[in-house]
Amino acid sequence: MSADILSLTGAQAAERVRAGDLDAGELFAFYRERAAADDLNAFLWVADGPDGANSSGPLAGVPLAVKDLFCVEGVPSAAGSRILDGYRPPYTATAVRKLTEAGATVLGKTNQDEFAMGSSNENSGYGSVQNPWDRERVPGGSSGGSAAAVAAGLAPWAIGTDTGGSIRQPAALTGIVGLKPTYGAVSRYGMIAFASSLDQCGPLTRDVTDAALLFRHMVGRDPCDSTSLEFPEEVPLPSAERLDGVVFGVPPELTGEGVEPGVREVFERTTKLIEELGGKLEEVSLPHSRYGIAAYYVITPAEASANLARYDGVRFGPRAETDGDLTALYEQTREQGFGDEVKRRILIGTYALSSGYYDAYYGRAQRVRTKIADDFRAAFQKVDLLVTPTSPTVAFRLGEKTEDPLAMYLNDALTVSMPLAGIPAISIPGGLSDGLPVGIQLAGPAFSENRILDSAYALERAIGFEGVPVGV
Amino acid sequence: MIDRDQVLHVARLARLRLSDEEVERFQRELSTILDHIETINEIEGLDEVQPTSHVVEVENVLRPDEPRPSLPREKVLEEAPDVAEGGFRVPSPGAS
Repeated sequence: MSADILSLTGAQAAERVRAGDLDAGELFAFYRERAAADDLNAFLWVADGPDGANSSGPLAGVPLAVKDLFCVEGVPSAAGSRILDGYRPPYTATAVRKLTEAGATVLGKTNQDEFAMGSSNENSGYGSVQNPWDRERVPGGSSGGSAAAVAAGLAPWAIGTDTGGSIRQPAALTGIVGLKPTYGAVSRYGMIAFASSLDQCGPLTRDVTDAALLFRHMVGRDPCDSTSLEFPEEVPLPSAERLDGVVFGVPPELTGEGVEPGVREVFERTTKLIEELGGKLEEVSLPHSRYGIAAYYVITPAEASANLARYDGVRFGPRAETDGDLTALYEQTREQGFGDEVKRRILIGTYALSSGYYDAYYGRAQRVRTKIADDFRAAFQKVDLLVTPTSPTVAFRLGEKTEDPLAMYLNDALTVSMPLAGIPAISIPGGLSDGLPVGIQLAGPAFSENRILDSAYALERAIGFEGVPVGV
Repeated sequence: MIDRDQVLHVARLARLRLSDEEVERFQRELSTILDHIETINEIEGLDEVQPTSHVVEVENVLRPDEPRPSLPREKVLEEAPDVAEGGFRVPSPGAS
């Protein structure tokens, strides 16, 4: 029975519970035991029981792993930061509330890079996370705990957030599916903010059907987030078997330089499959995407430096012992509470916004952002979706890039442009390179999630990735 | 290139206290990162481009200005490190 439960996707488990073939309590206990025995450091907190679960909903009590930065009432929610150590919010994030109302049960909170700043999960205030495919390697980041938990079968599915690739890149590096929705598709209320003009939350799952099912129950306008919008259509479960008539753009800027040979090989195999399924390939140029990292590392630190001004030891979180004045209290609390990467980004952001530098950095970066969005708009005049690798490399070794912040940033080269333009993208497993998973990214225009999910589903079936290293 | 005084100035603005080791290291790291950022200056005609303010087209989002209950005070104060008389207690802003 246990092996049987472990083999079920989230959607299959929900189906069994609804059919009366599986008890929701037994399902929760099964995953609770696995999550509590986690030795990847994927979980930061595990629920005792299925509190307030509504197993009659469509998600039928299926346990959900939740990235630490989602506020959940009464549950530790620290965004991976020591400056929020032990913080238990008085309210719950809309995305989590909607999923639990639909029947999901919060299983636990997952590890992440502090305030979602990182691509390896090594910037967590609570230790790094091991990749279940190779424990000496990173799971990617920032949603590294969510990705590792799903890949290792410690949770049937999870949610995370993506600002520059933080859902897609860890999904790619752990061989699972990760969807970054259109900006505004899902409410950000109760998500501890990093860069508010890019942050979006989405699912990390074993397959595309699970991603669609969670996404269906996350979307919608929320009066608590004025940037959220009504999703323009229903979200059906994907069913496409062919890709006839779908035109896939291949941008040389995101598929060539910097992409390691093993990743390129899997990518080329995938584009052949697209053609075999009836899809068409067309080269399209995204000339400004090469400036994506530069623009991203001005805009997001700038927004973060403002968002993180609230952590001062006054209203929540630990406070530094001080015998000085209020300014000393702020400075000491922040010195002790923030990790290196967060300090680095606060400094870059504050510099970019400071008097005399604003136009040269922030103002110009926002103009580059327009150029990047224009490139995508022009591309989608010619093609339906774009296909690229998700990450230029497979999972790298723990410690390999921690001494070189810029090398770590360049890891996001293939994923930052989409959130800068606000458009949706998915990563699905394309195959293995030297025994490690390679992710394939599909991106589309704003609110094209259904088309992305459908194409990803057809491709997923054709790829036949035997992925999840369950039981490791 | 960013110099030591600029790092200290920005750290002061951001209310971050840095050790001498951190000032030296951040000066080096920030300089490398800013060099990369400056590649955007290669783009021609950028001044004529409209800066992005919001990525998805939305009209002004308004709601009726009606009073609604907020979180109870006790609940909000529960997470505060130091509470007095129904508020957050802090050291004097000008102790020195």
